[in-house]
Amino acid sequence: MTVYFLCLVLFCIGLYCIVRKRNLIKIIIGIAIMEYSVNLFFILIGYKIGGRAPIHSSDQTILNMVDPLPQALVLTAIVIGLAVTALIAAIAIRVYEKYGTFDITKIRKLKG
Amino acid sequence: MFELQVLLVFMIIGALIAVKAKDLLSSVIAVGVVGLGLSLAFLILKAPDLAIAQLVVEILCVIILIRATIRKDLPFSTSGRWFFNTFITFLFMAVLLGFGYYCMRDLPQFGKPIMKVAQHFVNQGLRETGAANLVSSVVLDYRAYDTLGEATILFTAVLGVLAVMRKIGRKR
Repeated sequence: MTVYFLCLVLFCIGLYCIVRKRNLIKIIIGIAIMEYSVNLFFILIGYKIGGRAPIHSSDQTILNMVDPLPQALVLTAIVIGLAVTALIAAIAIRVYEKYGTFDITKIRKLKG
Repeated sequence: MFELQVLLVFMIIGALIAVKAKDLLSSVIAVGVVGLGLSLAFLILKAPDLAIAQLVVEILCVIILIRATIRKDLPFSTSGRWFFNTFITFLFMAVLLGFGYYCMRDLPQFGKPIMKVAQHFVNQGLRETGAANLVSSVVLDYRAYDTLGEATILFTAVLGVLAVMRKIGRKR
């Protein structure tokens, strides 16, 4: 329960960074922090106390494994998060070359 | 799980430094601290595949962000309605935390998952798919269409990055 709440606090820090900061790189950092906290929350839901990693062994039968389904989903989500971060960073680099600033309040004019 | 709580507090401190740092380079490095702490947390939570993937992805993410921020530091401006905006943001965060705490009482207890679907994977996964690692049997057999969609998203993102970052072909 305490662990769930700490995970939610981490999510709120990322949300504050997105809502309140004006720098584009800071907004990317906030998105990354939120993504980390959501991934961690999935794995926390699937953890079993005293459980073992979900890998079978040949010479013994292993009972009491942790849930493998959230781990498989989060494995997909981590890679997609990297792709999203790379795409946003590329767009931010282009915006800097066009406008000369990362400040989102100064990126107003359309330049064709 | 005392070590997990210590690690989470460490990650929260790293995230606060990343939000509050003045120059962008130290902010990016603090995000790297958060990601490596997340990799350690995956190891503690018995997910070794995720720990490896998170380690590699975090290193690549830090490299990409450093490429975006190198020699482009900017001073921050705090003009406008600073007090009002901060107050509204903290109010919204307090409401979110309150509702989250209210909803978390309905979740299963930490350490006692439901595992209604996954029990079938654990019992029959080795016999049905032949993979000793149950995570790879879920990724590559039971939910293979998800993996196909992931590969499509990755391909589209790489195409997008190449289309945005290209140098030639923009002639007036």
